[in-house]
Amino acid sequence: MSTAVEFRSVSFRHVSGRPVLSQMSFTLSKGEALALVGRSGSGKTTVLKLINRLFEPSAGEVLVEGVQTTAWDPIRLRRRIGYVIQEVGLFPHLTVARNVGLVPTLEGWEAERIRVRVWELLRMVGLAPERFADRYPHELSGGQRQRVGVARAVAADPPLVLMDEPFGALDPITRAELQQEFKDLQAQMKRTLVFVTHDMPEACLLGSRIGLVQDGRLVECLPPGEFLRSKHPEVQAVLRTLQASESLNVQR
Amino acid sequence: MEFIEFFISHRNEVLQLTAEHLVLVGLSTSGAVLIGIPLGVGLARNPRWRSPVLGFVNVIQTIPSLALFAILIPLPVIGGIGTSTALIALVLYSLLPVVSNTVAGLIGIDPAVREAAVAMGMTDRQLLWKVELPLALGVILTGVRVATVIGVGLATIAAAIGAGGLGVFIFRGLAMLDSRLILAGAIPAAAMALAADLILGRIERHFGARRTA
Repeated sequence: MSTAVEFRSVSFRHVSGRPVLSQMSFTLSKGEALALVGRSGSGKTTVLKLINRLFEPSAGEVLVEGVQTTAWDPIRLRRRIGYVIQEVGLFPHLTVARNVGLVPTLEGWEAERIRVRVWELLRMVGLAPERFADRYPHELSGGQRQRVGVARAVAADPPLVLMDEPFGALDPITRAELQQEFKDLQAQMKRTLVFVTHDMPEACLLGSRIGLVQDGRLVECLPPGEFLRSKHPEVQAVLRTLQASESLNVQR
Repeated sequence: MEFIEFFISHRNEVLQLTAEHLVLVGLSTSGAVLIGIPLGVGLARNPRWRSPVLGFVNVIQTIPSLALFAILIPLPVIGGIGTSTALIALVLYSLLPVVSNTVAGLIGIDPAVREAAVAMGMTDRQLLWKVELPLALGVILTGVRVATVIGVGLATIAAAIGAGGLGVFIFRGLAMLDSRLILAGAIPAAAMALAADLILGRIERHFGARRTA
């Protein structure tokens, strides 16, 4: 299988000189889904931003489809990568339909093709197009906005999708629904996916591999089953929090 | 009643001076918009220049208007007596609200929105025209409205250096101690300021309404 994303001993320093990532290496084949877990500030979001070249590595190389990100035209690179952030970042002055259809518009699709695609996407993320297409973001609930954010990221059918805690701000029920819907979507589309999460069940559900980031290093990167059996102390620490919340459920 | 009679008997001159006044304000506000918005966009993108330039524009605002006209008169090329000198002074005064509101509108945009736009592969120009300016429009228009209202008031003083406008009545009235003349200048000017405020306020609400997310 050909590689979608590759990190070759990538280090990244913040403009202040503070090291964020050090010597990170991994390879992701096309169609794989990498879940990044770890404490806040460990550098997970930086990994995503290095892939779509919001950041450039201080040392080492980031390759997308075998080409260094610094050699890509940043605009072309980003149009091939869907990006979902926790704050969603919908454009408040545009309707839901125009938000979702933005990348196709930038890519110069015909109006009718964009409309068809937008309606298809809204149905896919569970928003009835006839009710939601003409609304503005401030007229939506948090969960609905997040759905629009996911639809917008995949609108031009990018081969690679990056998600930064895409379901983080949601209540547990809506989150579980969206995770399952996204899982089904992913099964149909076979995109390459890199996502950051604090939710271990989400990492296991959507990830084909789980990578644990600690102090800017990728300390463990394994398929979910093996990850859960890992003896690495930081993995153990993450898993203990999971068991704690499960035992809480049992007691009730 | 005496005043109304005066107003009617001098209606041609009132109309003439009102028209001159409108032209003065229209030109100076347009100038402030044409200079102020690009300047504000530049300052929003270069934080290092922001406080010195805004500080300078602020200082201009503190110079009393009669003093500013007096300073400009002896200057070569831009100075002298007449409409062009008055326009320069009026543009300088109207600049501050336009520039500072453009900067405030642009830097007030949710960083997540900007990040999403860049990550979607927008070019710098697309980011500015499709996202930043539309989102800042409401705040920028507030600045234009303030600039216009300030301009209507200040343009009366422009008559002091021979620029015409409703100030001609006011200065003549002051010299002749004739309150009818003063009112004939002041009332249309006040009405113009109120009308500008009302109309621009409407436009502002129309464009600014959707930016509340």
